[in-house]
Amino acid sequence: MSTFLDSSDRTERGGPSRTATGHRSLRDKQGNAPWRTIKNRLCTGLLTVAMALGMLPLALIIGYTAYRGAGVLDVGFFVENEPPWRRDGGGYAAGFFGTAYIMLHAILYSVPLGIATAIYLVEYGGGKLAMAIRFFTDVMTGIPSIFVGLFVYGLLIGALGFGTFPAAVAIAIIMLPIITRSAEEMLKLVPDEWRNASRALGAGKATTIVRTVLPAAAPGLATGSMLAIARGIGETAPLILTALGSQVVVTAFTDAAQSAIPLQVYRGINQPFEAGIERAWGGALSLFLLVLIMVILARWIGSRTTKRRG
Amino acid sequence: MMIDSQATHASRDEAAPSDGAVFELTDVACSYGGLTAVRDVTMNLGRNRVTALIGPSGCGKSTVLRCLNRMNELIPGARVSGTVRYNGEDIHAADIDPAEVRRRIGMVFQKPNPFPVSVYDNVAFGPRLNGFRGDLDGLVEDCLRRVGLWSEVEHKLRSSGLALSGGQQQRLCIARAIAVEPDVVLMDEPCSALDPIATLAIEDLIQQLKDSYTIIIVTHNMQQAARVSDMTAFFSVGDADSSGHRAGTLIEFDTTNTIFTNASDQRTEDYVAGRFG
Repeated sequence: MSTFLDSSDRTERGGPSRTATGHRSLRDKQGNAPWRTIKNRLCTGLLTVAMALGMLPLALIIGYTAYRGAGVLDVGFFVENEPPWRRDGGGYAAGFFGTAYIMLHAILYSVPLGIATAIYLVEYGGGKLAMAIRFFTDVMTGIPSIFVGLFVYGLLIGALGFGTFPAAVAIAIIMLPIITRSAEEMLKLVPDEWRNASRALGAGKATTIVRTVLPAAAPGLATGSMLAIARGIGETAPLILTALGSQVVVTAFTDAAQSAIPLQVYRGINQPFEAGIERAWGGALSLFLLVLIMVILARWIGSRTTKRRG
Repeated sequence: MMIDSQATHASRDEAAPSDGAVFELTDVACSYGGLTAVRDVTMNLGRNRVTALIGPSGCGKSTVLRCLNRMNELIPGARVSGTVRYNGEDIHAADIDPAEVRRRIGMVFQKPNPFPVSVYDNVAFGPRLNGFRGDLDGLVEDCLRRVGLWSEVEHKLRSSGLALSGGQQQRLCIARAIAVEPDVVLMDEPCSALDPIATLAIEDLIQQLKDSYTIIIVTHNMQQAARVSDMTAFFSVGDADSSGHRAGTLIEFDTTNTIFTNASDQRTEDYVAGRFG
């Protein structure tokens, strides 16, 4: 030990290693400490560069979308229909309305079903069926979204035609596994002590779930659902095969091609006309802002819970 | 969930409650996933008395307590045999609703477990559940007064039950349990998570509640058993069976005074004298 900790030979040679009181200075580094300091700085530097490189695409996407899209965003963009692509002006009212209409229905189908599945998995399941549901939910999370579009296309389009309802079904299928898995985690976080307390007061299993478990998990369930909505709102591939797209506001539920923001962006950017492309950037930026709002809302709901429990 | 019960409907009706007994346990045994946790428990628990269940860890005292209001059924793989009679009725009979058993026989847990709602809503939970019609505010106040918590929470009825101290939370849980007007309150080591001052408050409370309720308390603390209980049941781990598994069993049940000063079983005497193990 003394060989590398003892720096007496250096202090004998003098130098800045003694304090005013004659004690060994803290600045007199021992053993391999100088090399360790260099290694530490080197690694910190490398990691910082890696982080910056990782953030670069994200920053570029946000920056460039804002740069290209900001000029288009005005009140008219949100309330006017899109003119033919070569013409200036107008907006994505069709897309905003279509997305809201489709999402409303998708939420209506996927959130109750997803939470109900999670309740089954956490409160009732435990056997082979629950394991199978978990497995297929995981598979569904990773399924390419065009498959979902194709499936709904084959199942519904023949009978109902393109439109709001098939699109909502496709988006709901994409959101369902995300909601189920996040809701399952949230329900698992509810302590058994609360379930026991409720049962000991004479509440049945169903009553305990409705009056104790769900209220306790509610903010978490809302956060999970919000993140699923953020995912669903940007889906494009399944909409190509189900909503088809429109440049004017469509109020029909079935049998009339419906618009959506990502779909309108996809169509607009494909045209050889500057005006249509400009509007597509505006649509992309507003979609990004919508998702941002969703995620912030989800975080905010989540943080409110931690405060209340703490 | 399977429940072995030797009681038939005919014998249930004939069996009159013996003098002052709320619970009559006959040959009660309890197992989890095939492993017997406790067996050969036969005892009568008296009305408006405090009965303490004591014994070393793993002796099955908490299991016996949870048998009394069928809470152990919530543990997967749990199985009960023998008979538990409550006021002469077999609580495991096919036509008995476990929810009704638990409404009559309340429970306070080891770890204070108020719901993550307001103080008021915690106490009102049971009455609301049972469709209480009437002066809910008055009932909540009454219950909080009986556990000595009213003056401390009077002005924060709307704030979270989880914001209270550990001792206050446990008294809130007792208030919540008595709000459904049970006959019996089961307490599973209610003070083990509390400091000595909060423990004393709970013990005082047990003495006051004794007049209105039958109280059965599991405790690891022998001084506590000696302080609060009228009757004491001593459990211990029995002899190993052929596979080496040792199930808990009831060793001795008598007045607390007898158990602590003049126990008839050597194992009881050793345990209360601190010579166990």
